Amino acid sequence: MLPAIPNLLSIITFAPLFGAAVIMILRALSRRDDEAVIARNAKWISLWTTLVTLALSVVMLLQFKGSDAGYQFVERYTWFGPISYHMGVDGISILFVALTAFLMPLCIAASWTSISQRVTEYMVAFLLLETLVIGVFTSLDIFLFYIFFEGGLVPMFLIIGIWGGKDRVYAAYKFFLYTLLGSVLMLAAMLYMVNKLGTADIPEMTRLLTEAPFPVDVQGFLWFAFFASFAVKMPMWPVHTWLPDAHVQAPTAGSVMLAGILLKLGGYGFIRFNLPMFAQASEMFAPLVMALSVIAVVYTSLVAFRQTDIKKLIAYSSVAHMGFVTMGIFAGNQLGVEGAIFQMISHGLISGALFLCVGVVYDRWHTREIAFYGGLTKLMPHFAFIFLLFTMANVGLPGTSGFIGEITTMTGAYDWGTWVALVSASGVIFSAVYALNLYKRVMFGVVTNDELKKYPDVDAREIAIFTPLIIGTLVLGIYPAFVFDFTTASVDGLVKAYQAAIGG
Amino acid sequence: MDFVMDFPALREALPETILGLSAVLILVFGAFRGDKGMTSISALCGAALIGAAFAAAWSPLGTVFSGAFVSDGVSVFAKVAMYVAACFIIVLGQGYFDRLNNRRFEFPILILLATLGMSIMVSAGDLISLYVGLELQSLALYVLAAFRRDDAKSSEAGLKYFVLGALASGLLLYGASLVYGFAGSMNFNDIAAASTTNMNVGLIFGLVFVISGLAFKVSAAPFHMWTPDVYEGAPTPVVAFFAGAPKFAAMVLLARVLETAFLAEIDQWRQVLLVIAVLSFAVGGLGGLMQKDFKRLLAYSSIANMGYALLAIAAGTTQGIQALLMFFVLYMVDTLGLFSAQMSLSRKDGEPVTRIDQFAGLAKVNMPIAIAITVMALSVLGMPPMGGFWSKYFVFGAALNADLAWFAVAGLVASVIAAFYYLRLIKLMWFDAPVVEFAKAPPETRWIALASGAFSFPGAIVFLIFGSVLAAAAVVGFGAH
Repeated sequence: MLPAIPNLLSIITFAPLFGAAVIMILRALSRRDDEAVIARNAKWISLWTTLVTLALSVVMLLQFKGSDAGYQFVERYTWFGPISYHMGVDGISILFVALTAFLMPLCIAASWTSISQRVTEYMVAFLLLETLVIGVFTSLDIFLFYIFFEGGLVPMFLIIGIWGGKDRVYAAYKFFLYTLLGSVLMLAAMLYMVNKLGTADIPEMTRLLTEAPFPVDVQGFLWFAFFASFAVKMPMWPVHTWLPDAHVQAPTAGSVMLAGILLKLGGYGFIRFNLPMFAQASEMFAPLVMALSVIAVVYTSLVAFRQTDIKKLIAYSSVAHMGFVTMGIFAGNQLGVEGAIFQMISHGLISGALFLCVGVVYDRWHTREIAFYGGLTKLMPHFAFIFLLFTMANVGLPGTSGFIGEITTMTGAYDWGTWVALVSASGVIFSAVYALNLYKRVMFGVVTNDELKKYPDVDAREIAIFTPLIIGTLVLGIYPAFVFDFTTASVDGLVKAYQAAIGG
Repeated sequence: MDFVMDFPALREALPETILGLSAVLILVFGAFRGDKGMTSISALCGAALIGAAFAAAWSPLGTVFSGAFVSDGVSVFAKVAMYVAACFIIVLGQGYFDRLNNRRFEFPILILLATLGMSIMVSAGDLISLYVGLELQSLALYVLAAFRRDDAKSSEAGLKYFVLGALASGLLLYGASLVYGFAGSMNFNDIAAASTTNMNVGLIFGLVFVISGLAFKVSAAPFHMWTPDVYEGAPTPVVAFFAGAPKFAAMVLLARVLETAFLAEIDQWRQVLLVIAVLSFAVGGLGGLMQKDFKRLLAYSSIANMGYALLAIAAGTTQGIQALLMFFVLYMVDTLGLFSAQMSLSRKDGEPVTRIDQFAGLAKVNMPIAIAITVMALSVLGMPPMGGFWSKYFVFGAALNADLAWFAVAGLVASVIAAFYYLRLIKLMWFDAPVVEFAKAPPETRWIALASGAFSFPGAIVFLIFGSVLAAAAVVGFGAH
């Protein structure tokens, strides 16, 4: 067993920020004309920073006691008023921390050659984003949570706006304002709760609200305020429209962060706040959430089928997959919630990988038009294998992690209501339709476009990026207990409390 | 200090005594030295302000001059903040007029006199000192707004501010006379007794006029008309002054009038304040969308922000006053920083950068200033973890505790609208290519901008720890609570 590292969570959270500071200082100290050297340094420093963060989060995973449902690695210092610097992870949040730390080096590596403008700023923005996202999952104070949650908007705004595609400004605005509007309502609810309860500590608030919940009408408002924020983040139909724009315009690594991690903030928020703190309201609104989820699964799958832009197609497929997550969470049973967490982790790997696949072809031909491509299997056999694997995982082929996520959430939802599982199961078929169709049009057939012959198959760097994702997808698909070992105890506590609160 | 012994009341009013005497003495000195002595006069005025700040912190609390002058925690807190802000303005103004070759020694002295007026305002204990303080401050500010008398816009700003300001003063005076007539006393405590036992429509009438007059001074809608023009026309250091300290003073004064003299009538004035606050959110948020001039943009932003401050007062609790104090400290730093950042930018041909689209590409040319502006813009729009977020945290927390939840939601939604125009500024700086060639930044503006940015984040993290404790201690026993 490795020795315990004091303040491990703070170190993991702020290590990327430290890396960003080092990059900025080096830049300030170096001469202006050394642009290439500065850029190279920035890339290497950020790669190493993210790798160190990853290593530390592996240490955290190894030292975590899965049988313990409470918070571990807890740090707590009073700040001011009711607010304290309170960090900790439980079986629910630890996996998201690990997922973020895992995807981040891949993002940096994926941007290695494709980003040539303002490299230092880009790396700083990404490292800042990593700190903020990890902070969301590790903070146990509601305002600390809000700081990280909201702060993440700024670097993402810059990433989309500076390094994005043609309509990047529009997409960046839409992303920012949409999510900001959602989260100011949440802020109002948070202020109300903290004023009523006299503490901003999430575990303490959960305990107080389990013992003495707010009256149901108040709960309804508060639940809705939190829902507004997380549903936009998730994103749930019908407030998902910012996502396709943001995805299409964002650079590849930005899309990976968006789909892989930022979308998970919504699901995490539902599990951390809505379900345990407003149990009655959650039960009351569950039919609404289920309806929206089912619509998301079916409708956005159909929309995805009609897309002509690869990235947009995958973006809509993300919305559909997040439908399974919300469905699982508000089923409110062990299988549903655990499945939702699994689905989020799995989707983080798969959609991240799919966006990286798009990045591979986009870096070469600079277009995302499906019609431009065709017959790539012959020209890029290695890439064909990788893309096929993740396409299948996206469809939910048994043996990949996508399957486990969908089957568990659907089983959980079945317990809640048969029709939900029934309709959403059709979404699985639809996802096969659009995903296989995409694969067919891009990869199979004859090479109609001579442009496509200009560039080689994936190189060593790209294979190195995909390998961990392939391993992750398959390992979780074959042995899902790697995830469930962490989540079971914490989710068990959560679900028992929820069921007791709603008297079920 | 024998004379202090002879006039014991001056111990409580020591900061005002220092400011008043220094202003007169420095004016005499200036009359002999002329404009070439501006640098030393600025230094003297700064020293007087710093001395007054220490005096404010150490002089005893109490009510003197037959209740006309109140020195309590809130007034001391506000005074120290205002004196420090005024010092920075003198530094900015010295450099600004130096570069324009337009040195005039009256500038720091007028700042000193305006500060003295504000100081009296926050300590006002009856209607007379309220009016005297307000007019002393306003008259100094009218002159300051028109300080570049060779500049048409500046003269226009001064005139506009004077005419409208005189109207507002008239309203306020009329209201004060009504209050006096119906309450039978000038003193806030006596008015409180009268309004508790014998409230009538005359008092409410007077109260509404007083609120209107003060709402003009803080540029809350619908009394905001002067703000964009005066911001645009007046010399930038003066605007940086306008935007912070005088509004702080007027807000504290408003809080004192309402929560000392009229606390019993909270249901009456709360409605008025809430209407003004929501209108300010709307005007500030929507009006800012169309602006092309940086200073006009900040004018609209300040209108919206005054809505937040009014919401804090409308809470009617000491928690609300604490929120007001925290709000203004954090807000004053941001506005000071944003204006000095703007002053630090000028084109190669010497023209100042005034239009927002001229900020384009700043991040490529001058990264530190761009970062500072970004931090402060995000702060004013209330993004965590910048200082401005915490000011909203205090304000909305107080509003929610006073069951003003829907107004808090309205304020938060307004902040999303305001986000749009701040994002535009950030977008221009970071996404676009430069359109003007920037000249080298004057050092003092650059440093004040960077320091303000650093205060907003990460400095606020440390400031909040003791700032919130100080503000909480300051409001104990404020007004009639």
